[in-house]
Amino acid sequence: MRVNGAEVEAAVDPRTSLLDLLRETLGLSGTKKGCDQGACGACTVLADGERILSCLALAVQYAGREITTVEGLAGPDGPHPLQRAFIDHDGFQCGYCTPGHLCSAVGMAAEAARGVPSYVTADLTADRVVLDRDEIRERMSGNLCRCGAHNGIVAAIAATYAAGPGERA
Amino acid sequence: MNPFGYARAADAADAVRLGSAPRAAYLGGGTNLVDLMRRNVVAPATLVDVTGLSSAIEERPDGGLLIGAAARNTAVAEHRAVRARYPLLARAILAGGSAQIRNMATVAGNILQRTRCPYFYDVAGSRCNRRHPGQGCDAIDGHNRDHAILGGSPACVATHPSDMCVALAAADAVVHLRGARGARVLPLTELHRLPGDHPEIETELEAGELITAVELPPLPPGAASGYRKVRDRAGYAFALVSVAAVLRVERGVITAVRLALGGVAPKPWRARTAEQALLGAPADPATFRAAARTELAAAVPLRHNAFKIELAERTVTAVLADLAGEAR
Repeated sequence: MRVNGAEVEAAVDPRTSLLDLLRETLGLSGTKKGCDQGACGACTVLADGERILSCLALAVQYAGREITTVEGLAGPDGPHPLQRAFIDHDGFQCGYCTPGHLCSAVGMAAEAARGVPSYVTADLTADRVVLDRDEIRERMSGNLCRCGAHNGIVAAIAATYAAGPGERA
Repeated sequence: MNPFGYARAADAADAVRLGSAPRAAYLGGGTNLVDLMRRNVVAPATLVDVTGLSSAIEERPDGGLLIGAAARNTAVAEHRAVRARYPLLARAILAGGSAQIRNMATVAGNILQRTRCPYFYDVAGSRCNRRHPGQGCDAIDGHNRDHAILGGSPACVATHPSDMCVALAAADAVVHLRGARGARVLPLTELHRLPGDHPEIETELEAGELITAVELPPLPPGAASGYRKVRDRAGYAFALVSVAAVLRVERGVITAVRLALGGVAPKPWRARTAEQALLGAPADPATFRAAARTELAAAVPLRHNAFKIELAERTVTAVLADLAGEAR
């Protein structure tokens, strides 16, 4: 598979989760193991641009895919705009859920840009998604922050994407 | 997790051949199965990865849709025809799991996901007839706030956790199956079994039988449809009660209705008793409430979940009232 733009090859036991492959085999410890059972979102990464839970993903199923972790978000000019916004808006306290929130929000913006509705979208047939606070909260509900920094997190995501979903992803 | 073999199925025939081996299990997105394996609730010898099989969403000549079993939940919910013609299904899928899980989970995996009864998952500490037949059930006298009020048995009161299946039940969906003895179809409402004396047998699937597609017939012309989920928090939680409904009203009279409940039974619960009370009756809140009552008359509450009866009645009434407003 490719991870953050680099080709990687690893022989894995079928039991190995994508999360453990990233952290233990490839040494990419930015992706966090929170609950390890799909309840918290701390392990969120992007597979071909789509957000997934790496703790519930068997690594063997992702052979040949392009994986992006928090280590791959920054560009040559420094942090991703969303990362800067998290700093500007106090989008974290302890920081443990932050990599998952960042990857999840990047994936969320791409979903919104292609018109994927959410449970709170009033008009399911609308072409354009308006990322207001209710939409962001619902779409980010798979990522938990036990410090309670959700207000800052939502503000950071809104500041980055509310103007034009996906444009800065 | 116990060691297991992994094989990727090239096509449906290959999958059935691989899946007919002893202790083989089909693997979709893994969002439930991987967790079950990690907690040693199940221990397959081989996983047959069926995510490479058909995920196409095709228009049918009759105006319905045929959805490949490997289609991801997000792909179904965002599909133009689903959003426009089956709002109950789009809304139900979007009510389930989180976006990350919907991006991974397949349609067939969603249908065949296991109950989230905590006693089912607690291998070391709890008895469960679904996990170990004849062992006993710790939910019946335990923390059973989330459990079934309809369709349970003295052996098991677990609920089926899917939102999508509730909408499929109300939409008269048909499941396409393929097994060693050939292909067949089954209405979704007949796929899952009630627990009775054998809660460990959860579906009508034969050993190695594979879900290849889900077929949606067109909804009745002119009908409105919707899905509402009631849960303990606003997002990312299983249903206490959910309602999927299809309703057509003409000159104030209900001329088509389909109703299904989630969170209240061991299978997606098609509310045919209520449907009979609704069809041909005036579309008003008194009718809706009375019909909900007739369906819930069969409810058997446990110590901690009697609230679900009133909650289900109110949710049915509210959803039908919303749809009646839309349908006029």
